[in-house]
Amino acid sequence: MSIKLKALLKSPWVFHLSTGSCNNCDIEVLDCLTPRFDIERFGMLLAGSIRHADVLLVTGSANRKCIPRIKKIYEQMPKPALVVAIGECSLSRGMFIHSYNCPVPVDHIIPVDVYIPGCPPKPEAIIAGVVKLIEKVKQSKS
Amino acid sequence: MIYIYYLIFYGFILTALIGLVASWIDRKVTARVQYRVGPPFLQPFIDIVKLLGKENLIPRGSSKITFLMAPIIGFSSVILVSTLLWVNNIDRGNTFIGDLFVVVYLLTIPSISIMMGGFASGNPLASLGASREMKLILSYEFPFILAVSVPIIQSGFSIKIGEILTHQAQSGVVVGSISGTLALIVVILCMQAKLALVPFDIPEAETEIVGGPLIEYSGAGLALYRLMKNMLLFTVPFFIIILFMGGMRYEGIHLLFGILKYIGLVALITVIRNTNPRLRIDQAVGFFWGPVSLIAVISVVLALLGV
Repeated sequence: MSIKLKALLKSPWVFHLSTGSCNNCDIEVLDCLTPRFDIERFGMLLAGSIRHADVLLVTGSANRKCIPRIKKIYEQMPKPALVVAIGECSLSRGMFIHSYNCPVPVDHIIPVDVYIPGCPPKPEAIIAGVVKLIEKVKQSKS
Repeated sequence: MIYIYYLIFYGFILTALIGLVASWIDRKVTARVQYRVGPPFLQPFIDIVKLLGKENLIPRGSSKITFLMAPIIGFSSVILVSTLLWVNNIDRGNTFIGDLFVVVYLLTIPSISIMMGGFASGNPLASLGASREMKLILSYEFPFILAVSVPIIQSGFSIKIGEILTHQAQSGVVVGSISGTLALIVVILCMQAKLALVPFDIPEAETEIVGGPLIEYSGAGLALYRLMKNMLLFTVPFFIIILFMGGMRYEGIHLLFGILKYIGLVALITVIRNTNPRLRIDQAVGFFWGPVSLIAVISVVLALLGV
């Protein structure tokens, strides 16, 4: 594995994008930063700007207004970068599956690397999902 | 030839290493204060390596050359400052008239480079952050220069760093006198603003204007800015140690004292950073032009009276 990817996996800075979620998944994402879970011990930081980020955390059922913005945000993220879909809504649109306003799930808009199910997923589940993502990248690139 | 060795080994490599370790100490202590575990030891190094490997994006509508040049200007000025300080600290005779002023001027260039980068990126939040940085420079620079003049007065109006160090070695450190102590308090507050740490992190307010001037930087530009900030975390306390605490010496027990002086200053910075909320820009300007300038003027008067 190249040193570039190795360093990326040791310090993945996350950017948190809500595409019309009910804020529950967002609260659980912020829980990961609290003293109980402390993701900074893995080198993760919450980046304020998308240009500083390495991992895009997408929550919510991508609605029509959001779809062009999700694409724009993904293009603005400096590569190499990874995408994580968090919560039932971004995986399969959840209870909004028949809604006129949510035409496609997130992975039809941008490539998603790991899916974390749950409504909302617990912070432990989010951390386990990120660990799976790291394992996946390690195996695929070695 | 010896100066190139100083520039590369002391000015860049040693300063960068100490600065990165200091930033790790800062993050770890912050985490422990908040009952967290904190990042592993190599985290600052890994961050820099990662950022160097990322894509470098240039926003549309920005002025490209300034945007790319700004981090390099700030970074090189920090290397120059630390080289000057190391040369003076190692060989006190190797000094020239007015090198103190050169250091004071060069220490403002990192802030100016952040302003240049912020305005060049064309982002409204970055422009806001850059204008706040400008106001912050205007506010802290006046008491900082007044306080720096106290060691000058005490060492018989010498403007050479080497002579100030020699004076302190012969007749006690500057901080031992009342005027020196007052000036040191002023300088520590100004250092907090110079490093843009929490009570005065107004230009970069993460929760307010998401990183301020650095918002559009990615990849190598951001890596240079982070490395510049980490190196400033060594250079500015080192400047204070030289001016007020007799510098660092390398023989026997004095080396331990030098390291303790530095660790004490870094611990003080971290404690101030963790126990204070962020000020508004008008509060910061009022603070520096009011009470802090007053203390600085009093210390200068006391130094002129010889107290």
